[in-house]
Amino acid sequence: MAKITMTVNGRQVSGQCDDRTLLVHFIRENLGLTGTHVGCDTSQCGACVVHMDGRSMKSCSTLAAQAAGSDITTIEGLAANGELHPVQAAFKANHGLQCGFCTPGMVMTAVDMIRRHSGHLDEATVRAELEGNICRCTGYHNIVKSILAAAAEMGGARVAAE
Amino acid sequence: MYETHYHRASSIQDAVKLRQAAGEGKYLSGGMTLIPTMKQRLAAPTDLVDVRQVPEMKGIGVSGRTVRIGAATTHFEVASSAELAAVCPAISGLASHIGDPHVRHMGTIGGSIANNDPAADYPSAMLALDATIITDRREIAAGDFFTGLFETALEDGELVTAITFEAPAKAGYQKFANPASRYAMTGVFVVRRDNGDVRVAVTGAGSNGVFRHKGMEAALSANWSPDALVNVTVDASDLLSDIHADASYRANLVKVMAKRAMAAA
Repeated sequence: MAKITMTVNGRQVSGQCDDRTLLVHFIRENLGLTGTHVGCDTSQCGACVVHMDGRSMKSCSTLAAQAAGSDITTIEGLAANGELHPVQAAFKANHGLQCGFCTPGMVMTAVDMIRRHSGHLDEATVRAELEGNICRCTGYHNIVKSILAAAAEMGGARVAAE
Repeated sequence: MYETHYHRASSIQDAVKLRQAAGEGKYLSGGMTLIPTMKQRLAAPTDLVDVRQVPEMKGIGVSGRTVRIGAATTHFEVASSAELAAVCPAISGLASHIGDPHVRHMGTIGGSIANNDPAADYPSAMLALDATIITDRREIAAGDFFTGLFETALEDGELVTAITFEAPAKAGYQKFANPASRYAMTGVFVVRRDNGDVRVAVTGAGSNGVFRHKGMEAALSANWSPDALVNVTVDASDLLSDIHADASYRANLVKVMAKRAMAAA
């Protein structure tokens, strides 16, 4: 058994788990944060994407022990003061989901993607960046639309703030 | 996943010591191959020695034309290093097309070459760039390092700590990516040195893993141009056949990817 301490959504958390426990199971079962999903057993689908130390990663392909001491953000950590994050709002406004199972991973991926590209994205880049996230409902069209809308909004907000 | 024991190394020395003390142990870096393999119960190491946060194994250094990349440097860090792109953009481009963004944020160059997946991208770059693989105990030329499918010259418990190479005058890499996995169904890395030496390394296609194509090297030494490859024959008898592509299809891909790599160089 390992005693794991990490920061999740700004709060320091601790828990006991097996050395072999995956980060996603630690987040879901020890911390009760079930917004992060497990969609496959093969590390391909991206439903489990969270941010570790500011970078998107698959929490199903990393041990909780590997993440000990790191700073994790899950889908629950995005909305501030009851207001949806701009990416969440864009997914809602553009109908960027159908069943919603892949959505937490898509949103976390989009936030990371927009940050890395400083809000400057085009359709081809968004589609290439979605390589690690699978959606079986939407055909991706409205997901891409949502991400482009959020990038425009966040890029615009950044310009306005400067 | 079967039960395992996790250890985090604080230094190279610490990692080697932890690994020696372990039973059937393995080094763990980004874990982008090892953890999925353990999830499928295709690997069951008794102990994992995590080297991802060993400070001496991280980071990229460029001094003149000499490049040193720590083994625990992620694909994302290799892809986004301006210093590296200034002297060898081909390896930056290679790293930017490994797996997907989440894999690139975790997976490392040391993990990739120590695993020596026959469809991985980095082995072709190491072989074509005539890189030196630095371990906790010695230096190994890339030409001696990759010995077969998932096989390397590493001894039991030996740890890759960095790689180093001289940036070439010209280099290019192109792959035909498997549409599902993004592994190279065939990838070709071409390099030309200031003195005219040419190396061509092929990954994803060889039935014994990454290899140099001497016919292409001779043709490109005589004439550094994609056109020089037109009359080179690629023997299919030593190439892989699987559900994605048979050997003759891969033989054709070797040539096509070599031409594209030349166009990109």
